[in-house]
Amino acid sequence: MSERDSRRSGSPEPVRTRLEALSQWQYDLVLIASVVLVTYTGFALIGLLGGVGINSIVGFLRTVTFYAAVYALVVLALNLHWGYTGLFNIGVAGFMAVGVYTMAFITASPDSTPAGLGLPIPIGIIGGMVAAGLVGLVAALPALRVRADYFAIVTLGLSEIIRLALLSGSLRTIEVGDRVYGTGGGSGIQYPPVDTIIPWLLDQPIISVIGDVLFEVGATVGIQRSVILGGLYTLVLLVFVGLFYLLLSRIGNSPYGRILKAIREDELAAKSLGKDTDRAKVTAFVVGCSLMGLAGMLWMGSRSFVSPDSFMPIIPFYIFVALIVGGAGSNTGSIIGGFAFAAFLWEGPRFVRSILNANLNLRSPPTIYDAFVELAAGDLTPLVGYLVGSLDELRFVLVGVVLILLMLWRPDGLLGHRKEIAAATDLSRRRPTTDRPTASDGGETDE
Amino acid sequence: MSTGTERGRFANVSLQDIIGWVLLAVIGLLILDLLRQVIVGDLPLGRLWAFTWNGIVDSLYIGLAAIGLSMTYSILRFANFSHGDLITTGAFTGWTAAYLVGGIGIAELSSRLLLRADGGAQPGDVGMDVVSAPLAIVLGLIVAAVLTILVALAIDRLVYRKLRDASGIALLIASVGVALALRYIIALFYTTDTRGVVASSPQWEMPAFFPMETINLHEATLVISALSLIIGVHLLLQYTKLGKSMRAMSDNKDLALITGIPTERVIFATWVIGAGLAGVAGYLIVLDRGQVTINLGWFLLLLIFAAVILGGIGSIYGALAGSLVIGLTINLSLVWIPADLNEIAAFTLMILVLIFRPDGLFKGVKTA
Amino acid sequence: MSDTDSGPASAERETDSSAIETSSEPTTEPGHRSLDDPILEVTDVLKRFGGITAVDGATFAIERGSITGLIGPNGAGKSTTFNCITGVYEPDEGSVVFDGIDITGRAPNQVATAGLVRTFQIAREFPEMTVLENMMLAPKNQLGESLWQSVAPGTRSAVVREEEHFRERAWEVLEFFEIDHLAEKYAGTLSGGQRKLLELARALLTEPELLLLDEPMAGVNPSLEKKLLEHIHELQDQGYTFLLVEHDMDVIMNHTEHVVVMHQGSVLAEGKPESVKTNEDVIEAYLGGEV
Repeated sequence: MSERDSRRSGSPEPVRTRLEALSQWQYDLVLIASVVLVTYTGFALIGLLGGVGINSIVGFLRTVTFYAAVYALVVLALNLHWGYTGLFNIGVAGFMAVGVYTMAFITASPDSTPAGLGLPIPIGIIGGMVAAGLVGLVAALPALRVRADYFAIVTLGLSEIIRLALLSGSLRTIEVGDRVYGTGGGSGIQYPPVDTIIPWLLDQPIISVIGDVLFEVGATVGIQRSVILGGLYTLVLLVFVGLFYLLLSRIGNSPYGRILKAIREDELAAKSLGKDTDRAKVTAFVVGCSLMGLAGMLWMGSRSFVSPDSFMPIIPFYIFVALIVGGAGSNTGSIIGGFAFAAFLWEGPRFVRSILNANLNLRSPPTIYDAFVELAAGDLTPLVGYLVGSLDELRFVLVGVVLILLMLWRPDGLLGHRKEIAAATDLSRRRPTTDRPTASDGGETDE
Repeated sequence: MSTGTERGRFANVSLQDIIGWVLLAVIGLLILDLLRQVIVGDLPLGRLWAFTWNGIVDSLYIGLAAIGLSMTYSILRFANFSHGDLITTGAFTGWTAAYLVGGIGIAELSSRLLLRADGGAQPGDVGMDVVSAPLAIVLGLIVAAVLTILVALAIDRLVYRKLRDASGIALLIASVGVALALRYIIALFYTTDTRGVVASSPQWEMPAFFPMETINLHEATLVISALSLIIGVHLLLQYTKLGKSMRAMSDNKDLALITGIPTERVIFATWVIGAGLAGVAGYLIVLDRGQVTINLGWFLLLLIFAAVILGGIGSIYGALAGSLVIGLTINLSLVWIPADLNEIAAFTLMILVLIFRPDGLFKGVKTA
Repeated sequence: MSDTDSGPASAERETDSSAIETSSEPTTEPGHRSLDDPILEVTDVLKRFGGITAVDGATFAIERGSITGLIGPNGAGKSTTFNCITGVYEPDEGSVVFDGIDITGRAPNQVATAGLVRTFQIAREFPEMTVLENMMLAPKNQLGESLWQSVAPGTRSAVVREEEHFRERAWEVLEFFEIDHLAEKYAGTLSGGQRKLLELARALLTEPELLLLDEPMAGVNPSLEKKLLEHIHELQDQGYTFLLVEHDMDVIMNHTEHVVVMHQGSVLAEGKPESVKTNEDVIEAYLGGEV
C-alpha cells in the first residue's frame, strides 16, 4: 500500500507510480494491450446484450483484429514517410498494388491466363517487396527537392498512373512464346492466396498438435473451424505488426531517425550540419514503400486474385486518418490509430448494424424521400432503417468529419505530442552534476 | 525548406530552362509526326478535328474548375482536395432543380427531387434536353452556381476559417475530410448509382462550309456558357477593384494586409467565384455527358490539379492555359496511344512539370 | 572545455599581424593578402539573381585562428556571400577555397562535412526536438547515420556505443555554454538568447575548423553578449577560426583582428578595425546607403 498524502489524485496512485517505473516500450505495450482489451470487452458486452451469438462476436472480433493489423502495417510504414521524414505520400495504394501484382505474377501458375512464374509464395513476397521498393526509388529520386504538397500530388499522380496501367486493356495480355502474361486488365491475375501458409503451418509437427487442440476447444464453445483458421492468419498478421514495430522503432531510435526528424523540421538546417539529407530521404522512402508492398500482400489474405479494384484510391486517405488519429511521428500511435480506425470507424458501425438488424425489425425504404414521407406521418423507424441501410455511406461521412475535427482540435492526434527521443540510447545525464552557473535568459527579443 | 533560389547544375542555364527546351522539342516532334500522319493518310483530317474539338471542349470545363482551384491555392494557400466535390455538388443541385421544374406533371416528385434515385422519371419522358426544356436547364445552371456557392461558404465558415493561419498541409488534410463528408452526404441522399439524367442532345444541321455536319447542342451550350464565364472572370480581374485586390493577395498576402486590402472580403469573393464556376462546370459536364455520379468531381480532380500546376500555381490565366494543354493532351494523345492510357499521358506530363518546372510551363510570363 | 581533442590542431598559429599590412591605412584595393596560413580564400565570387548582381567579384582571405569581421551597409551582399561560401547558393563565377580544397559550388552538407560550419541569423534549431537531440545531430559522419548500420544487430551495438560517447560530449558542451539545465526541453521553448547559445553549441559539436557566424549578437542582451564573446575568445585560443557578420560596431572594434567591408557586392576595404573605421570610403558607404 502506498502512503496517502494530501494529493487529490487519490486511487490511481499506486498504478501510476508503477507505470512511471516502466520503460518506454513496456509502457507502450501496456497501453496498446489495455486499449485493445477494453475495446474488445466493450464490443463483446454490446454483442451479448444485443443477443448476437458467440460465433458472430468472435467472428467480428477477428475481423476487427484483421483490419486493425493490416491498417497498422500500412500506417506504420506511412509514419516512416510522413511522421518522421515529412514526405507526404498519398500514393500508398499504388505501392501496395505494385507489391501484390508482382507477387501474383511470381506465384501464379504458368498455365493460367495471365500466366506467372509459378514460384513459391515466400519468393513472391520478397519479389513484391523489392518491386515496391524499386518503384519507390524511381518516385523518390526526382522528387527530392519538391515541397510537401507538391510531393503529395506527385505521389497521387503516380498512384493513378499505376492503377490506370493495371486496368488498361492494352497491358492486359502480353504474349511471350506460348504463354500469355500481362496484367489481366480489369479481371486481374489469379494466384495462390497468401493465407495458404496457415494450412501449411498446421501440417508441421508441433504446430499441428496445437492446431488440433484449438479446433477441439472451438467446437465445444461453438466457434466454427473457418473462424479459427481465419484467427490463426490474423495471429500471423499480429506477428508481422510486432516485427514492423520493432524495425521502425529501431530505425526511429537511432542517429538515422534523428536525421529524418530534422529533415521534417528544417531540411536546410540539417544540411548545414553536414547531413546528407537526399540519401536519408530516399532510403526512408524506399524502405517505407517496401513495407507498404508487404502490407498489401498480407492484406490480400484469402483472396485468390488481385485486380485494380483491390486497392481503391480512397485507401490512402483512411491510412492518413488512422495515422493522424494515433499521432504522426509515434510508432505506438500508429498502431493505436490503426486499431481505433478499424474498430470504431470501420467495423464497429457494421457490428452495430447487425445488432440493430437482429433486434429491431428494420426495413430500409428504397429512397430517403420515402423515409421522410413516413417520418412526416409520424413513423421514425423507416428513417432509422434507411440510415442503417446506408451505413457504408455514413461511414465515409464519419471518417471525413473525424478528420476535420482532428485538424481543428487535435492535429497531434492521441500520442503525437509525446517526446519520442530519436537516439539509440538514453540521453539523460550520466555523470553527477556539480554546481555550475547556468546561463540566464539572455535574449532581448524572442525571434 | 531551402531559402533562395534553387541550385542550378550548370553555370548560366538553369535546369528548368533546359527541361523547358526539351519539352518544346518533344512537342515539336509530335507535331511533325502529326503532320506526317495526316499527309500520309493514316490520320483522316476529320478525326484530327474531332480530337482537337473534344480537347477544346474538355479544356473548357476543366478550365472553369481550374480557375477556382488556382484561386484557392493562391489566396487561401492550400491545395483544396474538396474542390472536386464542389463540382459534384453543382451537378446534383443544378439538375435536381432542372428536374423539379422541367418534370412538373410528368414525373413523381420523389424521382425528381432525388434525381432518379428510384429509377423513375426517364430523361426522355421528361424531355430533359436543351430544346425541349430550355427554361429548366437555364434555371438548373443558376441553381447549380448559387447552391454550390452557399455550400462552399458554409464550409469555409465551419472549417477553413478556423484554420486561416494553419499550415498548407493541415488545410489540405482538412479539405480531404471535407471532400469525404460532402461526397457521401450527397450519396446518402442520392445513392451511389450512376444514372443518366439528360436526354440525348438535339443535333442541328450546319451549313456546308462548317467543318462538321451537325452541331451537338448540349456541347454548344457548354462551350458558350463556359466561354462567357471565363471572359467574365477576365473582365473582373482586370477592370474591377476586387480583381486587383485578388491579384495583389495572390502575389503577397502580408503585403496586401499591410496595404489595407480587406482580406476576408477577398476570401469571400474567392469562394463565390471559385465555387460558382465549379458548380457550373459540374452542371455543364452532366449536360454534355448525360450521366451523373457522386464521383464525378473526384475523378476529375487530379486532371484539374494537373491543369493548375502546368499553368503555374496562382496564375488564373495560367490555369486556363494549363487546362487547354491538358484537354488537348488527353485527346490528341489518342493519335498515338490507346484510349485507356490517355490520362496516363496527362498525369505523366503533370509529374514531369511538377518536378522539373515547378513554376509551371509558362514560367517567366507575367500574368495575374 | 576539458577535452583536448576538441579543437583543431593548433600547434603553430600566427596571431601577430606580421602577415597583415601594418600601415595605418587599410588596403583600399581588396586584393589578396599574402597570408601564411589562409584557411579560407574567396576569389572573385559573383552571384546574379535575374537582373540583380548581389555579389560582384568579392575577394578576401581569412587567416587560420583569427577572428574576422564582415561588415557593410544593408544590401552589401554579406548574406549572399555567406550563402555562396556555404553552398546554399552556387556562385556564377569565382572560387572558394577552404583549407586548400576547392569547395566552390559544393552542396551545404558537403561544405559542413569539410569543416566549414555556419550559424544562421535567426537561429534554426529544430523546435520539436529536445536540446539534447539537437546536439546529438551535430557530430559528423556518425556510424548510425546509415539505416543499415543502425538496424543490423551486428553493428547496432557499435552505434549505441558511439551514441553514448556523443552524449557525453554533448553534455560537456552544454555545460560549457551553461545551458545544460535546458537539455531535455524542446528547443522551440527556449528564449531567443538561449537558442543562439544552442546554435553555437551545436555548431561546435560538428568539430569545425572555421565557424561562420551570421549576426550572432542580434537580439542578445549585454550580459549574454559578454559571455558569448568570452566563449568565442576561449574557442579561438583552442584553435578555432571565426568569421562574423555583425552590425554591432563595438563587437567589431573590440573583438576582431581583421575587418572586411563589403559594399554593393564587392569588398570595399579591409584591414585592422581602427583603420577601417576611419577609412573615408567606408564612412561614405555607410552614410550614403542605408544603415
